[in-house]
Amino acid sequence: MLTTAGTAPERAVVTGLGIVAPNGLGSADYWAATLRGQSGIARLSRFDPSSYPTTLGGEIAGFTTRGTVPGRIVPQTDRWTHFGLYATELALTDAGVDPADLDEYEMAVVTASSSGGTEFGQREIQALWSHGPDHVGAYQSIAWFYAATTGQISIRHGMRGPCGVLAAEQAGGLDALAHARRLLGDGPRLVVSGGTDASLCPYGLVAQQAGGRLSPVTDPARAYLPFDRDATGYVPGEGGAIMIVEAHTTAAARGARIYGEVAGHAATFDPGPHSGRPPALRRAVELALRDAAIPAEAVDVVFADGAGVPELDRVEAEAIEAVFGPYGVPVTVPKTLTGRLYAGGGSLDAATALLCLRDGVIPPTAGVDRIAADYRLDLVTGAPRTAPVRTALVLARGYGGFNSALVLRAPGSTTD
Amino acid sequence: MSAVEPGARRAVITGIGVMAPGGTDVKAFWQLLTAGRTATRDITLFDATGFRSRIAAECDFDPAAEGLSPQEIRRMDRAAQFAVVCARQAIRDSGLEPDPDRAGRTGVSIGSAVGCTMGLEQEYVVLSDGGRNWLVDSSYGVPHLYGYMVPSTLAVEVARDSGAEGPVSLTSTGCTSGLDAVGYAARLIEEGRTDVMIAGATDAPISPITVACFDAIKATSPNNADPAHASRPFDDTRDGFVLGEGAAVFVLEEREHAARRGAKVYAEVLGFAGRGNAYHMTGLKPDGREMAEAIRHAMRQAAIGPGDIDYINAHGSGTRQNDVHETAAFKAALGERAYQVPVSSIKSMVGHSLGAIGSIEIAASALAIEHDTVPPTANLHRRDPDCDLDYVPVEARAHRTDVVLTVGSGFGGFQTAMVLGAPGRDAC
Repeated sequence: MLTTAGTAPERAVVTGLGIVAPNGLGSADYWAATLRGQSGIARLSRFDPSSYPTTLGGEIAGFTTRGTVPGRIVPQTDRWTHFGLYATELALTDAGVDPADLDEYEMAVVTASSSGGTEFGQREIQALWSHGPDHVGAYQSIAWFYAATTGQISIRHGMRGPCGVLAAEQAGGLDALAHARRLLGDGPRLVVSGGTDASLCPYGLVAQQAGGRLSPVTDPARAYLPFDRDATGYVPGEGGAIMIVEAHTTAAARGARIYGEVAGHAATFDPGPHSGRPPALRRAVELALRDAAIPAEAVDVVFADGAGVPELDRVEAEAIEAVFGPYGVPVTVPKTLTGRLYAGGGSLDAATALLCLRDGVIPPTAGVDRIAADYRLDLVTGAPRTAPVRTALVLARGYGGFNSALVLRAPGSTTD
Repeated sequence: MSAVEPGARRAVITGIGVMAPGGTDVKAFWQLLTAGRTATRDITLFDATGFRSRIAAECDFDPAAEGLSPQEIRRMDRAAQFAVVCARQAIRDSGLEPDPDRAGRTGVSIGSAVGCTMGLEQEYVVLSDGGRNWLVDSSYGVPHLYGYMVPSTLAVEVARDSGAEGPVSLTSTGCTSGLDAVGYAARLIEEGRTDVMIAGATDAPISPITVACFDAIKATSPNNADPAHASRPFDDTRDGFVLGEGAAVFVLEEREHAARRGAKVYAEVLGFAGRGNAYHMTGLKPDGREMAEAIRHAMRQAAIGPGDIDYINAHGSGTRQNDVHETAAFKAALGERAYQVPVSSIKSMVGHSLGAIGSIEIAASALAIEHDTVPPTANLHRRDPDCDLDYVPVEARAHRTDVVLTVGSGFGGFQTAMVLGAPGRDAC
């Protein structure tokens, strides 16, 4: 295929952040909460979780569709899409972009989805099986499927460029940002990208429970402790982040504030557990650094996946040590304050990394205080750490074996 | 942008696997298409009494006979079973031998519109005691339930089975998923991120919830009296699409990589583009504007003009609005050429398998190139006056086919176009 990607690489920069997180709506509130260690994890409140093995979650407790999602759209969409639409509004406002001013085909939408409209889908399956096929609503066909959020964002803002939806569980959010960068080489000048998730309904929770990685601990401060000696699994959350990714030349021409550049990406897949072959996370990191054309020493901070499951933590700790050396780079997992947000998780970590680059402050891994002795990681714990950070590496892994690594670079780092 | 750069990396198809209604491998699939037979029938996968549309195009699929183990059959949703069986067919067809040294340069890109809905629905029925209890009983969750909730499992199963350790993902853009997943795979090869991609799409949507949701918006045909003739794209009596199921998976390979090992090449991926209509989640404007734009961009990438296109594999779903929308798009993008080039919809025979169909239609397009034969549009007897192109009614046609345009249109407003070319076409 003839694309401009190979001949005239277009640098991709992030100019707007839209954050919908359990510990803060909007990037200002979220970032302040993250730096002061304010958690969004609590006992689930949208249904009674007492008969479930896991009772905790990172809910967006204060979210209302009033004033955040167009009223006509609310009943046609799942909560996951509500988050996506609101995060998009926040991101566009933050970027200072009015889609009406831009060419319709030069705006694209690529989001990650992990489980689609889980709550909506449960309700309609329930209606079908308890009352019959006539009771399934007309909006099930457009609310439940994984492409609903991308489609609704495209329609709401008149964005007629390429549309994409990638699913790789927690890794999908980083893959979506990488695909946004790719699309900038083929026509679009602006891509709405990132991901959200909302699967904290009864069926969603049972399914996550079946995955075998949820923490059974009921103390919100002790349930999700990646790399800690007391790691027992993770806490699920909802929400995520949507970003405005623009061609650098376009962003610079309009004098946009630039958070950072999407400088490199790679995705790999782990071999099966009985294959005798090594896990592939390390290779994802190395390929992402090569894609960004930087050595490991250039990375100032790593936002780790931090599964909170000891076997998975070990794999990640070993990969980071193998690439950066023992205690070779500051590592952090700020998502201990939100839980894992699946398709929203990688995106939120990327947004957090961009805020870290902006302010020169590494948010801590709240709650973790006893790092397993044989993980030779410089894990940032306790308080935020001030440091000159120019380049961040974000890692995400998805259930089944997905590994994704994204390199983000502060503006003005290289050839600006 | 006047010619494809010499030496540029390009993705070519070197292996094909198909699981389709009426044919559980490539040979049977092509026989069905060229015979113009239809595989639409009464739904047998569940008791459809009380549903508006009780017909579908089902695969006569026996997972054990296809080589899946009892554990695989228990663990995998039907859509995953289709995908794994097709991936094995495609790899066998390509002649690629397992090679651990190549694992990191091999990726997977699978498309699916509704993922593992069948498994999700069946497990919900168990957990909710037959739909009586919304606060489902958490103690009945089976271990693979989480794998049903995340559609990425379809890509996981294919990757594990084929030993891929490169980039793996699932694309879920509704009914354009099957084109988008293969287009995405082709881009990864062109960029040099991989040399081999196991790419395709799968869907197994013939379960109560999915049938009911299309009933609710009257998108599917209610012609329960005559299932064999219910899918009637471009016909004036058409009354909706007929739901289908199935999968197609390809071995996509970098052109030089394929040449070095002397692999048979079915077709090259010359162009791929998507657009959104930003109009309505399910509605289409009759002018076909955004699909036309996707076609133009795909042709630019392929460095071809309308005169180069030999066959259009249409979306042709058989809904009132789609077939008019699409006809307008072909005219807008190709001008007079639209009236000269044969256009057909295989959904008339194998139904509309949502995200899978885009890949199944890529398979049909590649086979059209291989056999210089255009599959027909079955059941087309009384042409809609607003659909006035050459839709190859009823009978397949021998026709020199070097370049195929295949398109898809889906919920969300997504419009995708792909251009495939005969191998080595630009060398002569």
